Amino acid sequence: MTGTSRLRVNPALLGCVALAMAPMSSAGAQEELRIGFVAPTTGIFAQVGKDMVDGFQMYLDEVKSDFGGAKVKFIVEDEQGKPDTAVTKAKKLVLQDKVHMLVGGLLASSGYALAPVSTAEKVTYVVSIPAADDLTQRDLPKYPYLVRTSWSSSQPSHPFGQWACDQGYKKIVTIGADYAFGYEVVGGFQRAFEACGGQVVQKIWPPLGSKDFGPYLPTIKRDADAIFSLMVGPMSLQFPKQLRASGNRKPVIGGGTSYDEFVLPAMGDEVIGHVSALQYSAALDTPKNAAFVKAYRSKYGKVPSYYSESNYTTAQMINQVIRNNKGKFPGNEEFVKQLAALKLDTIRGPVSIDEMRNPVQNIYIKKVERKKMFGYDKDELWNTVIKTYPNVNQFGQFKKAEFLATPVYGRDYPPCKFCN
Amino acid sequence: MTSQQIKILMVVVALGALAVIVPNTNSFVILLSTRALAFAILVMSLDILLGYTGLASLGQAAYLGVGAYATAILATTYQFGLGMDFWLVILFGMLVGAALAAVFGLLAIRATGVYFLMITLALGQCVWGLAYRWNSLTGGDNGINLRVKPKFAGLDLGHDVTFFYVVFFLFALSLLAMYVLVQSPFGRSLAGIRERELRMQILGYNTWLHKYIAFIIAGGFGGLSGVLWAHTAGIVSPENVVLTTSVDALLMAVLGGAGTLVGGVIGSFIVFGLREYLSTLVPWWQYVLGAVYVLTILYLPFGLMGIPERIRQWRASSGKQADPKTLASVPS
Repeated sequence: MTGTSRLRVNPALLGCVALAMAPMSSAGAQEELRIGFVAPTTGIFAQVGKDMVDGFQMYLDEVKSDFGGAKVKFIVEDEQGKPDTAVTKAKKLVLQDKVHMLVGGLLASSGYALAPVSTAEKVTYVVSIPAADDLTQRDLPKYPYLVRTSWSSSQPSHPFGQWACDQGYKKIVTIGADYAFGYEVVGGFQRAFEACGGQVVQKIWPPLGSKDFGPYLPTIKRDADAIFSLMVGPMSLQFPKQLRASGNRKPVIGGGTSYDEFVLPAMGDEVIGHVSALQYSAALDTPKNAAFVKAYRSKYGKVPSYYSESNYTTAQMINQVIRNNKGKFPGNEEFVKQLAALKLDTIRGPVSIDEMRNPVQNIYIKKVERKKMFGYDKDELWNTVIKTYPNVNQFGQFKKAEFLATPVYGRDYPPCKFCN
Repeated sequence: MTSQQIKILMVVVALGALAVIVPNTNSFVILLSTRALAFAILVMSLDILLGYTGLASLGQAAYLGVGAYATAILATTYQFGLGMDFWLVILFGMLVGAALAAVFGLLAIRATGVYFLMITLALGQCVWGLAYRWNSLTGGDNGINLRVKPKFAGLDLGHDVTFFYVVFFLFALSLLAMYVLVQSPFGRSLAGIRERELRMQILGYNTWLHKYIAFIIAGGFGGLSGVLWAHTAGIVSPENVVLTTSVDALLMAVLGGAGTLVGGVIGSFIVFGLREYLSTLVPWWQYVLGAVYVLTILYLPFGLMGIPERIRQWRASSGKQADPKTLASVPS
């Protein structure tokens, strides 16, 4: 009796041992690349965080998590949209999971919080979303293991200011969310617009998260030719509606997040004709992007935003470097150096990385239109590309040394010379 | 031994166990414990108001905020507080917290109940507004990074175990100080105010002054918590001063058991454990946290520290029912 029960147990035990051994032996043969991904998966930014994770995951699924022979272990941690939680989670990824690199972060504040972790813990940080200018400008020397694959906030604004001049706009009123990202997008636009002869005649800063623009709309100067808006999240939805309701018929242009694919599906006809600038549009008419949009949409049920595209492309770039090293992580310095040396044809177009480790890429001037795209049978709002500025770097039309000598864009910089 | 002495012994043993066990776990757990201890000082300071004086404050994060910002600004702009002068910064953080509380107290102490809640909430939001909008000083939304931790006398606070012990030491000192405070005649009169303010007034106590002093002391410990918090996270941002941070502190105090001091510490560890550790394991950690809050409010109105009392009550009631039987079975 006891004998049979022992016999029964033994194969089961053996099976367990075999199961336990299997991954160990395969891990021995195959390199493992551990990527720690920090994104808000709970809290008010959870939906944006989902786009980020989905974008990265989609690329991993396409290559079956195989980067040049290395098996990718993709570990997502929730930063909850708070910088100090981002730090805790990043430390968990580094100390407990021993990740080779950190990727992600959403807000500029998360980027500024994660960058010092990368320096202190000596781990690569691939900035796949946070756009804070100074990460790859004045603060770069403090972060030797940081490389950005997304954009800097003012990068699209520089060519956009030139574009506004080309349209014949002379006087523009800006209205932007009152925080660092807003200052940088509006500041970049102002610098470029005034460099080609335009005048920013008024700057309005509603608090981040404003839902009622009633107090601000009547103050918009009547002699302005156009309005430049920089909104984020729910602000993007409210502002055009209330502007239209107030009877203001001036042309509206804006920063990328005012009209990105994240808010566009929830918008109405009031935004048709509005123009914005960003390094990506889901309506970019290239075969690569068409395939991406269709695949993403069938998989996740929505049009990809730049959050999705940026992380997809980041995964692609990391893969490229690891593949060049035959599946081995080459160490922080070498990885950052090789990633910065990449020239890739990505979904958003050709991307290379400048010597201050920020992407050089196309900036698209986009107009909101209601139309059919990519064979979908419904009329929808799309960011139609109306002009492409090729290979724009973070300093745009300005000289790097002169640019870096000026302070970072702020509430009061550049000063509003024509405001009175 | 009296029951009070047994309780003290239990707390000492628990703290000793914490000091021995935590450094032997992995770095992430050490970091989380350090953070929980630093935050626990804030929760205890709130407990002096909530549990001992009967004043529910919704603005306690303001003191953590000024302590943290003071530390960050001194360290980044003046390179002050990165050596032996770290101890001066601790003193300074407490003073700043106390000074802010002295100003806010003048406005808030006159109110009680919901009105006190509202005023402290508004004052707390003022600090948040300053942190958020005063860009040149606070770095606005981006906050301030503290890239280096203090180093002195052979101690490097950048080393996680060392830092844990420093925070642990300051935490234990704060716990002791606050315990002495609440046991003192002053602390007893605070409890008297909590129970019935009018009676205390009739007995000749200046209740306003008592509450004002308690408020300032709580602010001072809040400032201390902020100094340590700034160094645990390495970043100080308006997120530290938002309403939810104050609410967190309040919830932790209530979860552990208001009016017990150590209850707040337990609450702090439970919330940090669920929010920052469980969240790395499962995506549904928020449900667990929610369930813990709801169940505590429903079944343990005196918090987790009320459990022994609940058990005693339950035993006493079941004991009574059993009494006749045991009596009958005992041969006489």
